[in-house]
Amino acid sequence: METSNINKKIGLDQSKKKIVLVGNPNVGKSLFFNYLTNTYVTVSNYPGTTLDISTGKYKDYIVLDTPGVYGVSSFNDEELVARDIILSADIIINVVDAVHLERDLFLTQQLLDMGKKIIVALNLMDEAKDRGLDIDIELLEKKLKVKVIPTIATEKFNFKKIEEYIAKAKRGQDSLKDKFEKELLEINKDIDNRAAALLILEGDKNIALLHNTKEQNLREDIYKSRREYVDSIVKEVVTKNETKNSFSDFVGSLILKPLTGIPILFIILYLLYQFIGVFVAQTLVGYTEELIMIKYYQPFIIDLVGNFVNVQSILGKILVGEFGVLTMTTTYIIGLLLPLVAGFYFFLSILEDSGYMPRIAALVDRGLNYIGLNGRAIIPMLLGFGCVTMATVTTRLLGSKREKIIAIFLLGLAIPCSAQLGVIAGLIAPLGFKFFMIYIITIFAVYAISGTFLNKVLPGESTDLLIDLPPVRMPKILNVLNKTYLKSKYFIFEAGPIFALGAVVITLMKELNILEKIQNTVAPLIIGWLKLPKEATDAFIMGIIRRDFGAAGLYSLSLTNEQTLVSLIVITLFVPCIAAMLVMIKEQGIKQALIVWLGSWFAAFTVGGIVAFFMI
Amino acid sequence: MTLSDITKGKNFKIKHIADDMVRLKSLRMGISEGSSLNCNQKIPGGPVIVKHNYQEIAIGRKLADNIEIELYSKDND
Repeated sequence: METSNINKKIGLDQSKKKIVLVGNPNVGKSLFFNYLTNTYVTVSNYPGTTLDISTGKYKDYIVLDTPGVYGVSSFNDEELVARDIILSADIIINVVDAVHLERDLFLTQQLLDMGKKIIVALNLMDEAKDRGLDIDIELLEKKLKVKVIPTIATEKFNFKKIEEYIAKAKRGQDSLKDKFEKELLEINKDIDNRAAALLILEGDKNIALLHNTKEQNLREDIYKSRREYVDSIVKEVVTKNETKNSFSDFVGSLILKPLTGIPILFIILYLLYQFIGVFVAQTLVGYTEELIMIKYYQPFIIDLVGNFVNVQSILGKILVGEFGVLTMTTTYIIGLLLPLVAGFYFFLSILEDSGYMPRIAALVDRGLNYIGLNGRAIIPMLLGFGCVTMATVTTRLLGSKREKIIAIFLLGLAIPCSAQLGVIAGLIAPLGFKFFMIYIITIFAVYAISGTFLNKVLPGESTDLLIDLPPVRMPKILNVLNKTYLKSKYFIFEAGPIFALGAVVITLMKELNILEKIQNTVAPLIIGWLKLPKEATDAFIMGIIRRDFGAAGLYSLSLTNEQTLVSLIVITLFVPCIAAMLVMIKEQGIKQALIVWLGSWFAAFTVGGIVAFFMI
Repeated sequence: MTLSDITKGKNFKIKHIADDMVRLKSLRMGISEGSSLNCNQKIPGGPVIVKHNYQEIAIGRKLADNIEIELYSKDND
C-alpha cells in the first residue's frame, strides 16, 4: 500500500502546499473547511475505501478535510485515510473541542510528537463558557509551543485570525520521553521522516512496510505516557467553576433511562412521521412533484428536446420517454427525493446537534445486538425509511464489513422507503386493524429473522458500542441548515447520476422487451403461488424502477382484502429500487449486491406465498 | 467485579481492560487503567454509561463484561 503518494491517489497538484484539517469527530471541522475553501470544493473517492475526501483551494494552498478521528493510527478506514492525509500535510489546522480538552489534546499531542507544523483552533468556546470551564489559553500556548486560537465556528468567530496564522504554523513541544526519542531518531536515521518514524515506533505495519523496515511495539507505552502528559497539561490549564449545567444533564438522563427514554423515542418517531411522512411526503411533494415537475416542467422539457430529437426514437425515449433521464429521473430527484432527503437530513441534524442521536444509539444497542449490529446502526436504519439509497450510503459509518453487509441486506429487504410507505399506508388503512397488524408483524419478523440468521452465519464478530455522548444542547439553527444543505447537496450529486443510469437501464430493458420477459416468467408464480391476478406482476416489476411505482400499481387492480395484504407484503420485501441497487454495487461490489437482490426475490415470494396459503 | 456489575451513581476505578484495542481506544478518549469514573446510567441489558469529567461514554455490555473495576468506598463519594 502506498501511503506517501497522496497527490497521485486523489489527483492533486504536486507543487502546491497542503493545509490539512484534523480533529476529533463532531468538533466543527467542516465549518473551517467550508470557510477557507468557499465553494471551490471537489469530492473524490479515496482508493481502497468507501470514503470520500473533500479538497478545495485557499489562496495558493490545497486544503484537505479528514474524517474525524481520536488519534493517528489505523484502527479503521477513517483513521487510515486521516493518517495518510496527515502524513502528507505541510500545515495542519487542528480543531479542538474546548469542552473535551482532555480527549482532544491526545490527538494534538500526537501531531506535535510527529513533528508536524500546526496551529490549534480551540473551538466551541461558547459552550465551554456555558459549562463553566475557564481555559488559560496563554498557558496552553506555552505548553504546546504552537499558536492556539479560541474560536466559535458556528459564528465564524476568530476565523480571520486563523487565516492570519496559517502561514506561521510551526512545530511545537513533543511529549516523548528520552527513551522513545532515542528510538525514534534511530528509525528516522534511515527514513528521514519524523512523522512516519513515530508511527512505526507506535506499531504501524503499513508505514513500516512502506519504508522497508519493521514496526516496533511501543504503542501502548507511548500512548500511556502521552495520556499522562496531556492530563497534566489539562490539569494546569483548565479551571472548572461549578456552574453545573443541571438542566442539560437532566434532559440527557431522561432520554437515556428506558422508562422515560423509550416513550420519548416513540414521540420523536411520531413527530418524524408527521414531519416527513405527512408534511413533506404529501403536502410539499404535492407541489414539487405533481405541480412543478409534472405539470409545468415535463411538458416543457419534452417540447424542448422534441425540437432536436425524435421523441419516439431510442435516444428520445432515454431522454424524455416514460422513464427518461430528463423526465422521470429529474422529476423523481428534484420533485420527490430532494424534499424528502432534505427533510430527513434536517430532522437528523437536529437530533445529532442536540446530542440526542448517540443517546438513541445507546438506548437501542441491546436490540440491535441480536441482529449483529450495534446501536450506531440506528442511523442508517432510520434513514432507510426516508430513502434506502441514502441509507445505504450511510452504512459507511458502521465499524466492520460484517455489519455493513447485515445493514445493507436488511435495508434492501425489509425497510420500506418513504415513497413506498405513503402508498402502502393508503392501501392498508381501509383494510382495518387486523390486516395492519399482520402486515407489521410479518415485516418485522422477516427483519428480525434475517438479521439473526445473518448474525449467525456470517464469519467474524461485530464491533461493540463505544461512543462518546456529547452534551445535550439546543441545536443552532444556522448550523442545522448548513448541515442539511451540504448533506442534501452531496447526496443529490452522488445519487443523481446513479438514478439517471438506472433510468437508462430501465428504458433499454423496456425497449428490448426484457421487462416483458421477466413478467412472463414470474406470472405463473404470481397466479399459482401468491394467488394474485396476473396484472399484479406489472406492479411488482415496476417496483424495480421505483418502489412506490410498484405499490401505486396495486391501486388499479381489484383485489380482495387478503390479496391486497399479500401484495403489500411482497412489494415491501421485494427488490430495492434500481438506484439503491447501484449504490449497493458501488459500496459492496456486484456479488454482494446480487445476493441482496436475489435474496429479496426469494424472501418476498416465500413469505408472500406462506401468508397467501393461510389467508387466501 | 466487572463494569457490567456496577450500579447507577457509583464511583469506581478501572483496574484492567482486557481487550487490547479497547484499551488503546479508551486511552485516546481519556480513560485508562487507573482512571476514576462515575456510572451515570445503566441501560438494562444494554450499554453502561460512564462519566469522566465532562465526557460521557456509552460502553456496550459485551465490552463492559471485559472491563475489571473496583468500587470506591463510601467516604470517597
